[in-house]
Parts: sequence; structure tokens; C-alpha cells
Amino acid sequence: MPSWAPLAALVVVVGLIVLHLAVRSTRTWVWKVLTGLGSLMLVALVYFGLFWAPPEAFMSDVGRIIYVHVPFVWMCMLAFTVNVGAALAYLFKKSWRTDALAESSAEVGVFFGATGVLMGSIWARPTWGVWWDWDPRLISTTVMLLVYVGYLAFRSFTEDPERRAAWSAAAAILGYVSLPITWFSVQWWNSLHQRQSGSGTMDKPIRVVYFWGAVSFLTFLFVFIVKRYEIARARQTGALELPPLEAPKGQVTT
Amino acid sequence: MSVGPRVPLLKAAWLVLLKDWQIEWRTRARLTALIFFALSTLLLFSFAMGPDTDALRRHAPGYLWLALFFASVLSLGESFRIESENQALLGLILNPVEPRAIFLGKVFGNASLLFGLSLLLLPVAVALYDIELSKAPGSLLLVLLLGSIGISAPGIVYSAISANARARDVMLPLLLFPVLVPLLLASVNATRFCLGPDAQNQLPSWLKLLTAFDLIYLSVGFLLFPKVAEED
Amino acid sequence: MQSQPPAIEIDDISKRFGSRWAVSRLSFTLPAGRSLLLTGHNGSGKTTLLRMIATATFPTAGKISIFGHETREKRELLRHDVALLSHASYLYEDLTAAQNLTLLARFLGVDDSKKQVAELLERIGLTERADSPVRQFSAGMRKRLSIARLLMKAPKLALFDEPFGELDPAGILQMENLLKELQGKGVTIVLATHLIEQGQSLTQERLHLDQGRKETP
Repeated sequence: MPSWAPLAALVVVVGLIVLHLAVRSTRTWVWKVLTGLGSLMLVALVYFGLFWAPPEAFMSDVGRIIYVHVPFVWMCMLAFTVNVGAALAYLFKKSWRTDALAESSAEVGVFFGATGVLMGSIWARPTWGVWWDWDPRLISTTVMLLVYVGYLAFRSFTEDPERRAAWSAAAAILGYVSLPITWFSVQWWNSLHQRQSGSGTMDKPIRVVYFWGAVSFLTFLFVFIVKRYEIARARQTGALELPPLEAPKGQVTT
Repeated sequence: MSVGPRVPLLKAAWLVLLKDWQIEWRTRARLTALIFFALSTLLLFSFAMGPDTDALRRHAPGYLWLALFFASVLSLGESFRIESENQALLGLILNPVEPRAIFLGKVFGNASLLFGLSLLLLPVAVALYDIELSKAPGSLLLVLLLGSIGISAPGIVYSAISANARARDVMLPLLLFPVLVPLLLASVNATRFCLGPDAQNQLPSWLKLLTAFDLIYLSVGFLLFPKVAEED
Repeated sequence: MQSQPPAIEIDDISKRFGSRWAVSRLSFTLPAGRSLLLTGHNGSGKTTLLRMIATATFPTAGKISIFGHETREKRELLRHDVALLSHASYLYEDLTAAQNLTLLARFLGVDDSKKQVAELLERIGLTERADSPVRQFSAGMRKRLSIARLLMKAPKLALFDEPFGELDPAGILQMENLLKELQGKGVTIVLATHLIEQGQSLTQERLHLDQGRKETP
């Protein structure tokens, strides 16, 4: 695979995403194109990841899981960033759209994150000989997931939709703020214990496939969030329209 | 409009804090129960570990902070249970008291309670885990204080929102604990270096992390709390 | 030219709880100094309307202005002048009657809080129980304490949600006198009650709600 391929794919994917967001009339078909494109890219990723890229120096063939594992965690972080953006937008100006976006991005983010952590655990077993190791990235990602599992649980345990939107926006911001602090403190703590962390340098072909994987999953991240958002919006409608204006206006009974 | 003498923000926060102390004092049976809950947590850790003095001493900072974490869930939950009885929180807001004053008052009220609790736990930890307090008592107090504020600042916001959710007793720790992970790391390590040798002089960095955590969550909570406490 | 803005100006408000509309497309104006009787069955939206006027909650759509100020924008300002006597007493169960009132006095910045608390307790006839925690109080006593809270605040607009409930006959008489006294001081009053005849003798205007809509009674 030429080294410019992931970048070219990224340009196409981002272009389609922008098209979907900017032009309302394209929303019926852009997601289908993205799904098709993503599926093709996934097939290519299987080939490039399993057969084309050379085995990784330290981890041999087991290391190939990073083409999926690492992009998944990236997509998860991207989704949570969308979530906090939607939460901030909601607090500045109340809107059911941003609330629906917050809900859908958190849910899709938890899916990608949980799958990513699971794959990390599968990777850890042959690499380090244990299912779970105190690797700082694994810990930080798991803590991040817990934050958003709590967030989703809170959403489902709160009845009043308006209060839920405001409260969960606050919870989303508090949670997102904690992510970099957790990351730094875990890194710090880890260096204190003189622990090895995973691979540092990467061969060029490996990096190219890695980015290719990230772009493939970006299409799915987008399509998942869009579809989940549409579900959330559909649940909201009906409950949101104003009641009809039946009663005569402006009469004061004395 | 006729406006009476307005109470400034910090004064109002102080009044909220005094009110919370007053209620704690009037319900001191509940407070005592909280203290004994934390003490028995410490005791349980030592039972669970067995009579290995070295291990106990090494892990004492962790046990101390976990006991405080568990107790904090109870005290934070209580802090908004009293406000949800008779819709007292709404009463305060309509009084009117600025929601931000309520946030500051409650954070520091709860932090003072946890700090006091940690002071009570120290001698017990000495007895159970054979730790030495005299090495850096000033820094130790600072760590306990910063840690208490750090639990309370996000804790008060989460407690306010979970007070109205179903299964609120589970909701609060589920929301709060993941966010407190860096605070746990920082306070446990800082406490460790206050109690034992600190060859690489790491205490200052953990203290900085604690301070940063407190400042970040005090400011984020200060900004968010009005949106949480009031309908909009 | 209007010299004084109306006490309450409701402009096409609706309020939703979940998927249910508690108040639907309601418009109404109450001139300052007049008193309003608010009637309707249980669940007709009376309490929700009072809570919206008191800035405890805000309409999902439409606007309410109190003395010419929009409630959402000017809530801090309005809260000094509006008081709500509601089903919820806003009392701290673990504090005594006197402590509850003193707390309010301090937040209001009352100078001589001790004297005023003593006077109010005397007025509502709870002097002897001043140092008992509210937890031990009956519903009627809590209501009296809520009245003391309202009096301490000295509002320009006083909202009463079922004030006669939980009171004994003597208490009802006192409540009527209190309403008349406040009216005499120029306080605008909104009275939500089932006791229509009693309410009509005390008020000039009437608003009847049915399922959150304005109805002719």
C-alpha cells in the first residue's frame, strides 16, 4: 500500500462527512456510501494487515491486532469528544438535537472503547502472559470507559427528559475533564514503578496500515452515530411538539 | 424594585456551610455512625490482609484513602438527602441564595467533615497498621485536606444530580469513583511519601497534582452547579 | 402610557413534563395590586403555574413576566419580591422552628434577625415549640412555619397553593385575615384553592384551569 493511501482515504471520508453535515438533502444517501466505502476499506485492511504488512519485531503475528485495537480506542476517544462538545452546546443553548447527539456519541463511544479494551486484553495474554497488565494506556482507557458507563446508566435512570439533558451534560463535562488528568496521573504513577510500557517505535508499513485501519473505522463511527442519533430523535419527536391551540385566547373570566 | 440588603456570594456560601454543620451537629448520631463505618472499614482491611505487619504498613495509605472514599459516598449522599426533603434546596434557591454559593458552601462543608474524619482515622491507622506519623506531619495534613476537597468538589455536583435519579445510592459511586481515580493515585502516593522514605523527593509532584485536581474541579463545579441545581 | 407594569403577564405558555402537557397555551394578565383566584381540579396545572410564576421552574414555551421582568432572565431579581407558599414546606427537618427562620433571616440579610424571628414565632403561635425540630411537627404546624417564612420575606407578589389545606378552623380564619392584611399592604396575591366561595370573597380576578388550559368556570 502506498504511504499516501490512508491520507487520501481520510480526505474522501471527511469530505463525505462534511457533505452529510452541510447539505441536508444528501443525508439520505451519504451514510450508505460511507458504509459501502467502509466495508471495502475493511476488506482491504484484512488483506494489508494480515498478509501485506511485515510481522512486528517484538510481538510477531499477534501484534497485528493493533490495526484494529488501537483505531477502536481512537474512535472511542473521538466519540467522547463529540459527546462533550454536544454537552457544552446543550448548556449554552438548550436543544434536543445536541442532547440526542450526546446520547448517541456516548453509546457508540462505549461500544468502540469496550471492544478496544477487550482486544487489548486478548493482545496482552500472548504478549505479556496475562489477561490484564498494569499498562498505563489500558488502565486509562478502562477508567475512561467506566466514566461513560456511569454516564449512560445515569441517563437511563433519570425520568424527566429536560432535567436529564442538563444533568447528563454536566456529568459529561465532569467526566471528560477527568480523562487527561487520569491519563497523566496513571503515566506518572507507572513511571514511578519503573514499569515497561508497550511498543514505542513502529516500522513505516505498519504505520500506514494502522492509519488505514483508523480511517476505515472512522466511517463506521460516523455511520453508527448518525443512525443512533436518528433513533434518539425519533424517540423525542411526538413528545416535543406544542399542544394545539384550542382554547380561546385572551379572555379573562371574572 | 425593592431589593433588600443582598448577601454577597462568599457570605452566602459561609451561611450554607454553617447550616450544614448545624444539621450535622443536630443529627450527630448519624455522624457517629459514619465515623464508625469508616473505622470498621479500616479494621476490615487489616483482617482481610492478615497479620502481615510489613504488608499492612506498606498498604496503609491505600486503606486509609479507600475508607475515606467509601465514607464520602455516604456523606455526599446525605448532603443532598437533607436538601431533597421538603424540597429544601429549591427553598434555598428561591430565598434567594445563589446556586454557586450553595456549591461552595456544600463543598467546603463536606470537605471539612471528611478532613475531620481523616484526622480521627489516623490514630486508628497507627494502631492497626503500625505507621509512623511524625515524619512529615505538616505535609500529611495538607494531603488530607487537599484530598478531602478533591473528593467533595466533583462529589457535590454528582450528588446533586444523582439525588433525583432512581437507584441513587448506586448512581453516586458509579459516577464519582472513575473520576476520582487520579485523586486516589495522587493522595495515596503523597500519603505514602509522608509516612515513609521519599528517596526521589516525589512528594511535591503529587501535591501539585492534588492541588491541580482541586482547582480544576472547584472551577468546573462552580460553573456547572447553577445548571444542575436549578431548572432552566 | 402605562405607569405600572402588570404584576403577572403570561404570554402563551406551555409546560411539559415528559410527554404530558401540564399547562397548554395559556395567556393571562393580572394587574398589579389585584388578587387572583386560581381554580381547577387536581392535576389541572395550578401548582405548575404557581411554580412557574415563582421562578421555581420555567415554561417549555412562551414567556412569563412579573412586574415587567421576564422570569427566566431576571430570576435573581424577582426572587426577592416573589414568595410561594406551596405543598412543599422548604423546611429542614432536623433544624428547629427558630433555626429554620433564623437561617432564612440571615440569607435575607435581616439586621435584627433574633427579634424578628421571635416576633414571627409569637404571631404564628409557635413560641413554645420554637426549639423543637421540625421533624416532630404536625402538618398544620409546618404550614404555620411556612407562613412565617413568607411573612419574613415581605414579598410584593405572594403565591398561595392550597393555603387552607391542613389547617384547623381557627387556622383558616387566621389565614383569611393574613390574606386581607397583605392585600391591605398592596401585595398582589394569587390564591389557588378548591374552596371557591372562600376564595372569591378574597379576590377580584379568577382563572379556571382544566387540563392545563384556561376554561370558563
